[in-house]
Amino acid sequence: MVRITTIVACAAALLLPGASRAQQWNSAGLEQSAIDASKTKSAPPPRRDLTGIWDAGGSGIAGPGHQSAPWTQWGQQKASAYKPGNGPRAVYEADINDPLSTVCDPAGFPRLVLYETRPFQVVQTPNQVLILYMFEKRWRVIGTDGRALPKDPDPRWYGYSVGHWEDDFTFVVQTVGMDERTWLDNAGNPHSGELKVEERYYRVNRDRMELTVTIDDAKTFTKPWLGRDKMPLTRAPANMDVMEMICSPTEVMDFRKNISDRTDKK
Amino acid sequence: MKAKLLGVFLTAAGLLVASTPSFAHHGTASFDTTRDLTLKGTVTDWIWANPHCFLKFDAMDETGTVRNWAVEVSNPTDMTKRGWARGSFKAGDQVNVNLQPVKNGAPIGRLRTVTLPDGSTLSAGGPAPAAAALPQ
Amino acid sequence: MVEFGRGRTLDIDMRTHFTFFTIAATALLSVVAAAQNLPWNNPGGVQGLAAPQTGPTAPAPKRDLSGIWDAGGAGIGARGMPAAPLTPWGDALGKTHHSGDGARMVPAPDINDPLSTMGDPSGFPRNLLFELRPFQVVHTPNQVLMLYMFEKRWRVIWTDGRQLPKDPDPRWYGYSVGRWEDDYTFVVNSVGTDERTWLDNAGNPHSNDLKVEERYRRVGRDLMELTVTLDDPKTYTRPWVARDKLQLRLLPPDTDLMEMIPSATEAAAVKKIYAGEK
Repeated sequence: MVRITTIVACAAALLLPGASRAQQWNSAGLEQSAIDASKTKSAPPPRRDLTGIWDAGGSGIAGPGHQSAPWTQWGQQKASAYKPGNGPRAVYEADINDPLSTVCDPAGFPRLVLYETRPFQVVQTPNQVLILYMFEKRWRVIGTDGRALPKDPDPRWYGYSVGHWEDDFTFVVQTVGMDERTWLDNAGNPHSGELKVEERYYRVNRDRMELTVTIDDAKTFTKPWLGRDKMPLTRAPANMDVMEMICSPTEVMDFRKNISDRTDKK
Repeated sequence: MKAKLLGVFLTAAGLLVASTPSFAHHGTASFDTTRDLTLKGTVTDWIWANPHCFLKFDAMDETGTVRNWAVEVSNPTDMTKRGWARGSFKAGDQVNVNLQPVKNGAPIGRLRTVTLPDGSTLSAGGPAPAAAALPQ
Repeated sequence: MVEFGRGRTLDIDMRTHFTFFTIAATALLSVVAAAQNLPWNNPGGVQGLAAPQTGPTAPAPKRDLSGIWDAGGAGIGARGMPAAPLTPWGDALGKTHHSGDGARMVPAPDINDPLSTMGDPSGFPRNLLFELRPFQVVHTPNQVLMLYMFEKRWRVIWTDGRQLPKDPDPRWYGYSVGRWEDDYTFVVNSVGTDERTWLDNAGNPHSNDLKVEERYRRVGRDLMELTVTLDDPKTYTRPWVARDKLQLRLLPPDTDLMEMIPSATEAAAVKKIYAGEK
């Protein structure tokens, strides 16, 4: 039996228009209705401007991972060592060896945009586009001062990024130098240190943006492929307070001890 | 107005999940998706953490003994959207838990719905129940 | 031989991977200091470069903290902060913290610092009191955003007039609101911090009831001072100042901060090294 007060609370918090304004703290995530509305009811896009808090809704999560291009032999070998929790090669919980979910190592880039792509905020300074992610509460700098990408960079979990405006509504980002230890996505697709990632942020209208992510890693895949193909992002109210979503290794170990490590096949 | 209330009602019961899916980082391989169990028990622990919140409770089950069950739901962010909170349970609470158990017979599972001492129900918003009936 | 923030020295292979844990990165910084002007991978100032400038600096802009700020060596806080006296509750909690440095220092294998041994989040306010590396401040119409090099985490300070939440669900990094007290002083109040985090590297404890006040005073165009006051009557017998006009210098806007992210796997590897010492 559902309590009436629960219904009222849900209505106030979730379904009434402008409800997110009433809920100042912990207001992460738009409802589907707001996401659907951004397709049609909006205003023209501003030029060279991606600022705001953006929400991909359910499509950002990508639990089962992505359909990649075929692996090279090197890629095949690397992938065979990965035991993911989801996707076509999913294993029992107790056997998962995903460094993110079993150990809380950094998700890294581009996994941050290919998995658990929760709301993120974009701010622009004279020489940067900054992306601030709810997931892991990490931030990325995209240098727009014309610097070249580094040659032979020391690997980073989140790579090195530069960006430029291709036209007034399309911002293109190139990233190199990503750490091979990170998985590409939640299906356990691997990548090498030679990976190059291109993101294209296309501002459709005032409230909508589309993200396309191209994975180019000749060492791992036989050809480039799209990790995201015009993934729609809806602009959230500026006062949205994204909740904290930070992995703690201690908490993960506690979860494994209590649940996942005990689910193995007998 | 009627349609909106119905939407509210169904959302509150977790039958129309408007928000993001749970259990993203792992699928259903470990779980027996053909079964669901309902157990009456006493809460021993409620862990509010990433990657999963989980509830531990003592319950008599089909083994004929009282075992300490551990049932997972999604992360705090997703659960907050469904009306759950860090303080939703405390040790000693009498609860009725509907869950999907794991395949290997251990007292572990995925929580689907739980009825609290005051009679209210929280839904995990996970796998759809076998028969999508409206609550009475 | 490299010196750690743990107050110990240990021979260790120099790693070229800059995302190794704090302890190695502290050593590597002195190596790359000379590369200050490279477009990529600037670690910020080291000791010496944070020395006070002589002569007048340009005047401070009004109501503007934007830029990349660097406390230099003074930001690290390896030995922790001189805290106020503890209450009995605080003392009991503090005794469970076995730190790598400062007043509760133990031999390396016995350290139980969740940050250094597990890679758990540093949390707030520890990220101001320990390993306060360069950070960037960005203003939006309703927020001041703090973007930290250490852990690559970001914080929102809401300036839209909202109240701090009553009875908040604890967060690693708390909940913050801020306002301008005058044109050069930005005051931030925070609540709802998680008591699992340590206050500093000496293992000073805090409760979920902790209230933190930060005062950012823009002294000149290139200089800002940070004062951090802690108010936690459950843990300490009185409020105390943990950072007292910490000097922060403005870095060039094209500074590319290195990545400095503790990873659980790397923390576990270090733990193993220390365990081998037993």
